[in-house]
Amino acid sequence: MNFWTFLQQNWSEMLTLIREHLSLVLISTLVAVVIGLPTGILLTRKQSLRNPVLGIANIMQTIPSLALFGFLIPLPFIGGIGARTAIVALVLYALLPIIRNTVTGILGVDRNVREAAVAMGMTNSQILWQVELPLAMSVILTGIRVAMVISVGVTTIAAAVGAGGLGVYIFRGLRQYDNNLLLAGALPAALMALAADFLVGLLEQRFAVGSKKRVSVWSKTVLALFALALVLGAYGTWRAWRSPSRAAATGERVIIASKDFTESVLLAEIAAQMLESRGVAVERQFELGGNLPHDALVAGRADLYPEYTGTAYTAILGHPPITDPRAVYDQVKQEYAQKFNLDVSPPLGFENTFAILVRGADARRLGLKTISDAAPHAPKWRAGFGQDFMSRADGYPGFSRTYGLKFEEQPREMDLSLTYIALASGKVDLIAGNSTEGRIAALDLVQLADDRHYFPPYEAVYILRKEALLRVPVLAEVLAKLANAISTEEMRQLNYEVDANKRNPVDVVREWIQKRGFK
Amino acid sequence: MSEPINSALVEFRDVSYTVPSLPSPIISNLNLKVLRGETLVLVGESGCGKTTTLRLINRLLLPTTGQVLVEDKPTSEWNPIRLRRQTGYVIQEAGLFPHYTVERNIGLVPALEGWEESRIKNRVLELLSLVGLEAERFAQRYPGELSGGQRQRVGVARALAADPPLLLLDEPFGALDPLTRASLQNEFAELSDSLGKTAVFVTHDLREALRLGSRIGLMRAGRLAVLETPERFLESDDKYARAYIETLQLQDDHGITK
Repeated sequence: MNFWTFLQQNWSEMLTLIREHLSLVLISTLVAVVIGLPTGILLTRKQSLRNPVLGIANIMQTIPSLALFGFLIPLPFIGGIGARTAIVALVLYALLPIIRNTVTGILGVDRNVREAAVAMGMTNSQILWQVELPLAMSVILTGIRVAMVISVGVTTIAAAVGAGGLGVYIFRGLRQYDNNLLLAGALPAALMALAADFLVGLLEQRFAVGSKKRVSVWSKTVLALFALALVLGAYGTWRAWRSPSRAAATGERVIIASKDFTESVLLAEIAAQMLESRGVAVERQFELGGNLPHDALVAGRADLYPEYTGTAYTAILGHPPITDPRAVYDQVKQEYAQKFNLDVSPPLGFENTFAILVRGADARRLGLKTISDAAPHAPKWRAGFGQDFMSRADGYPGFSRTYGLKFEEQPREMDLSLTYIALASGKVDLIAGNSTEGRIAALDLVQLADDRHYFPPYEAVYILRKEALLRVPVLAEVLAKLANAISTEEMRQLNYEVDANKRNPVDVVREWIQKRGFK
Repeated sequence: MSEPINSALVEFRDVSYTVPSLPSPIISNLNLKVLRGETLVLVGESGCGKTTTLRLINRLLLPTTGQVLVEDKPTSEWNPIRLRRQTGYVIQEAGLFPHYTVERNIGLVPALEGWEESRIKNRVLELLSLVGLEAERFAQRYPGELSGGQRQRVGVARALAADPPLLLLDEPFGALDPLTRASLQNEFAELSDSLGKTAVFVTHDLREALRLGSRIGLMRAGRLAVLETPERFLESDDKYARAYIETLQLQDDHGITK
């Protein structure tokens, strides 16, 4: 499918995402100005506060956005999942340039001019509004411009907390290795950044000091646009704040979350459709980044999400990997109940473990069946792993030790979904993929057996809040139906439909439920 | 101001001004009367306290001890805004607002005082012609589009705008070339004669002081060393004053003819 056809088929969804993106940027910039400008002015009055406050704003900017989202989710009122949290994070990022430029701009006003203003008998507020702010305005606008351009970029990550925006396409495009999606997300975002830069730049010129100010049609238009954006932003803020709080669903309503990869989305969608067909209202908070779904459950912002026992055991509970699936499951169920008051559903029937993959051609030529077979070839190979695999307890360090693997160079860290393509196209020679990845067969990749049983079992389960089970009794029925219901082959097939055939997960899941007669 | 002529408009009574970070006071025990209608010129070297004296009058500073009286009322009891609006203030480089046109700069204090627009407009035109700038050419310009001398004229016009009884001028012509300075000095001398303003004028240029002052106050280390009319100042036998006068004569063998 070429990009043009893609646009024709998806333009309405794309427009929605652009609108979401734009409103996130405008609202957060507006809020940042409302907070940052007075703060900056205050800092020019209270010298003792200047360094501490600028320091804090500086630190805010260095916090990685996913980590910041993680902090925000459990917080009352400003936290949770969705646009509100994203806006709070975006505001925190936008504050520094606005505050800093306000301070710089006002302190940069000529001493003689300020002294003349005082000596003319201007009051403090007259000096601020008639002298300092107008003279500092172009510097302040530069700050706002920088903040807006940063916001356009950071907003793409807001998709990780379910806030929507163009990041949805970018993340999905990365995951499915779909250039159309990537382009459809990145191109409008880039244009938006350029437009913000250009338009606020025009405003800046309008406020540049000491030249003839002919109010051109252009700057009138820009001022009008800016005013319009402010009004829309204010309205959006009001709407966002009035929208029902996402803290804890009530009654026959369940909030389902998922991680940001296809299989997680599919499993979440299966649970969602099963519940919906039983008359339960479902709110979907899919494609959340990192461990945010777990954070959201613990904070009571979501009720259920798909997880793997091995991930829960090692990444969340922090235990060293073990290989007995039964023991892992029992331990996770017990500790989750104790530590988080969360329940673990019966296993769904398939395992998703790290699959060590090589190209089919290599496997056949070298007669490779197991990882041990491949170890002697490793010094001539390059490896590519997802960030996750490189860092987690059951990941690369233990893996390379167990099999005595040494690669030609330090393994490349890349997005998990890109590793399959990197392997197939010969950029790397060995990767750690997911065993249920749909594209394994399609790309002619071969999974090497874990003959030393290094990887802990990753049985798919649902994690859910105990309170949700009490509130929505039909949940138990659904979970019982799904116990042992999905085989590894079925899961691969479902993944393939979405990742390789670019089909909508909602349709894929609906067909599967019908085929299985689950209703 | 219905006071009799020659009463003091400004009076310093035992005024000292110190800042914690400096060992010696900037002003110590200053007693001084500025009479209505006179132009009192303060001279002295940098750091002698001339500018501080000026800033004590319009309450940009308050005395550490003693009192500065303006119209017989201590500045500490004046509303600073009211006091400053009826005190014209001119500084070096004029301190014009770069984002205002010449017209708005001059009309600033009248606008703050809430004058009607047409009245401000007339006043601005009047002042522009008073300081020798053609209204059609200059009213709509920005300070950045003026020469140094033109800016200084606008600065003087701005200080005069609300017709204040008192003018404070801090080296207003200090940054100008000698020719422009001389012509502005002449114009200022005519203006202050015809308008009957009381003025306190700070300069380090004795020639300027002799030309403009009805009295000259020589300051030294925060004290008033000599306070005399120009004629008697030239004949002063104060050692410091003589040294000052001699520098003048070194520059100009013809001596000073007032």
